[in-house]
Amino acid sequence: MTIAQASRTATPTAAAETRPPVVDARGLTLVYQTADAPVTALSDINLTIRKGDFVSLIGPSGCGKTTLMRVVADLEKPTGGSVTVNGKTPEQARLDRSYGYVFQAPALYPWRSIERNVTLPLEIMGMAKAERQDRARRYLDLVGLGGFARKFPWQLSGGMQQRASIARAMSFEPDLLLMDEPFGALDEITRDKLNLHLVRLWAQTGMTVVFVTHSIPEAVFLSSRIVVMSPRPGRIMEVIESGLPRDRDLDVRETPEFLDVAHRVRVALRTGHSYD
Amino acid sequence: MTAAAIPGPARRALSRRLAQGRAVPLAVVLAVLLVVWYAAAVWLNAPQAGEQLDRAGTPWTTADLVVRSWAMERPVLPAPHQIGAELYESVLNRPIDSRRSLVYHAQVTLSATLAGFGFGVALGILLAIGIVHLRTLDRSLMPWIIASQTIPILAIAPMVVVVLGNLGFTGLLPKALISGYLSFFPVTIGMVKGLRSPDPLQLDLMRTYSARPMHVFAKLRWPASVGFLFPSLKVAIALALVGAIVAELPTGAQAGLGARLLTGSYYGQTVQIWAALFMASFLAMLAVGAVGLAERALVRFRGGRL
Repeated sequence: MTIAQASRTATPTAAAETRPPVVDARGLTLVYQTADAPVTALSDINLTIRKGDFVSLIGPSGCGKTTLMRVVADLEKPTGGSVTVNGKTPEQARLDRSYGYVFQAPALYPWRSIERNVTLPLEIMGMAKAERQDRARRYLDLVGLGGFARKFPWQLSGGMQQRASIARAMSFEPDLLLMDEPFGALDEITRDKLNLHLVRLWAQTGMTVVFVTHSIPEAVFLSSRIVVMSPRPGRIMEVIESGLPRDRDLDVRETPEFLDVAHRVRVALRTGHSYD
Repeated sequence: MTAAAIPGPARRALSRRLAQGRAVPLAVVLAVLLVVWYAAAVWLNAPQAGEQLDRAGTPWTTADLVVRSWAMERPVLPAPHQIGAELYESVLNRPIDSRRSLVYHAQVTLSATLAGFGFGVALGILLAIGIVHLRTLDRSLMPWIIASQTIPILAIAPMVVVVLGNLGFTGLLPKALISGYLSFFPVTIGMVKGLRSPDPLQLDLMRTYSARPMHVFAKLRWPASVGFLFPSLKVAIALALVGAIVAELPTGAQAGLGARLLTGSYYGQTVQIWAALFMASFLAMLAVGAVGLAERALVRFRGGRL
């Protein structure tokens, strides 16, 4: 499917409510017990992410955006409220391998070639070797690393390593992709390129993406919805819908619509800060 | 002139390689060692050599004394060329299955070393796996493992040999046990560190795949620990050799480098002792070198890094 076709078949925003929820959080709370005082990392989070959404969680450090995503991935246990992933508990969703997770660092295994890093989840899931290699080839091509299958992680630049880790997360074709500041450590030029890459992948595949960032332009460029969060305690300030088209280009960042959404995000972030 | 025969650039390249390589520094150290050794041989053997010259009755000079002190039959410290001659004689000029052949003794010691090394590595890895995966083992075993290495091997070796001998186990097994006892320790320590080396992110990744513990071990912990395993193996195999030699000392063993050292010291055959020592260090270099080669092969397999 080409990008243009994908954008035509994309569900219009008006019909959003008919799409099934992929992530549904109700009154979600997470309190860490520390030595001196309990720390509220997440406070009363209500959020519905529907199929095909690209949702960015944005906010300053310590606002719980990574924690929220780790709760969805069953890497942290909430202390209150409820959350479902594909209508199941996060644990069941994890056991069913419903999501792919891209971390802040590529977390490639250095002793495996790029191809074997991508096939790692497939090996664990018991896929046959021929199909594993086929998948690896397909997804490495998709992230533009076709010629690097036999290289080892240290032979690739940071941006290429992160792309390999995206291919790895997509290789088992989960319908939910969780990305935790995947481009945070990259320079702006590489970041632009990868943002463009990602938004095209999203348009092509129609998967659901949850994306953590603290860059406003990145969040606005990538997302269909932007969740603005605020720290101490971590909570949602505002959820901003973006009307930008699905097949967007980097030039979209110069348009009034883009600047308008960015402005609204900035205002929401400022409101959050005034509580400090 | 030979220098003129080599073209200029090649000569410069050769001299640069010599200057940057390790050959020159090593040769310098060796030369200094030899000078010190010959001097020490004169210093230590001179009293004995002087007596011998006196007994002969003919007048002698300092030069005679020096020459004599480098050619004694049972010197306090044999000169390097004496050890060289003994090595040449006992390695090349005797049938390999003869008790007077150093190769025969070396082979006996080496087989005990390798058996002990294999046993020690297996035990070391198993202990490390247990310690990393079971909290109880971590807390209960670790202090004992460390304590085990504070017992002098010279004290425990005879007891092991005697007890096992009473049970009917002689020859290779007691020696392999003692060398395994020495060599498991670095493997355990290295592997515990190695198996715990994956960072939280790499472990979280396995969790997102809901990988079973077996997979976390086979696809993450084990491959991550291999880089820690090889330095441990190099220490372990050298220790295994020490263990095998020490185990040969108290047993009245008929064969092995340890037995050779012991008979040498019974009969004051210092040259024989030194030759056996050199053979032992040659074996150690060989063994460590073999581990190094295995490491290199693995590095190549992993694309240039461990």
